Amino acid sequence: MAAVLRIPTVLRLAFNGQTTIEVEGATIGEVLASVSATYPATAGQLLDENGALHRFLNIYVNDDDVRYIGGLNAPVADGDDITLLPAVAGGAA
Amino acid sequence: MATLGVVLTLTSAQRDTMVATCIRALPDEGCGLLVGTPDGVVHEIVPSVNVAASAKIYEIDPKVLLRTYRQAEDRGLEVIGVFHSHTHSAAYPSPTDIRQAPDPSWHYVLVSLAVLPTDVRSYRIVDGVVTEEDIETVTA
Repeated sequence: MAAVLRIPTVLRLAFNGQTTIEVEGATIGEVLASVSATYPATAGQLLDENGALHRFLNIYVNDDDVRYIGGLNAPVADGDDITLLPAVAGGAA
Repeated sequence: MATLGVVLTLTSAQRDTMVATCIRALPDEGCGLLVGTPDGVVHEIVPSVNVAASAKIYEIDPKVLLRTYRQAEDRGLEVIGVFHSHTHSAAYPSPTDIRQAPDPSWHYVLVSLAVLPTDVRSYRIVDGVVTEEDIETVTA
């Protein structure tokens, strides 16, 4: 058993068009490392150039924004629901 | 994915909700999400706190974003766009808006509070190219 990763429309191309995939890993960092290895086209879209969480990508484990539950160390358990949603931002600046 | 040239259709009450959200957010930019169908018909306006808390930038509250996606999906609807205000400039996407526009199928609604009466306009942003689209206001 594994966790499910939900992929937003704008990232699906990098995931070969899939809307959800099964992922393995005990933390978000492990999940993203495994996903990046399987889907090299996601490079630069999931993590920033320093390997940190991307400022403009929200990642949730179930209902929790991972920024508030440990960032890359946020725990992932079997059966968890991981959702990626690009931040919706902009402005006059 | 919706095709370009689709009109954004909303009710006058939904338009008022967007404008009121933006006025309440002053002096910061106001913002929220558009939930509807891929043909550009808005079913619901979902106001958000501007978590950037700024007069020059906005960001939809990530909690509102997740909740809105889930609720839309449960109802067979989609998040089809976003609205935000420009407090002192025209209702036209800024370079920041264009750079950060993530989805070519979305409707990007700008509410300008710099002019009276309030100017509300809708745009598509595809690969950095901005195209204004018509807003059709219908009575609920």
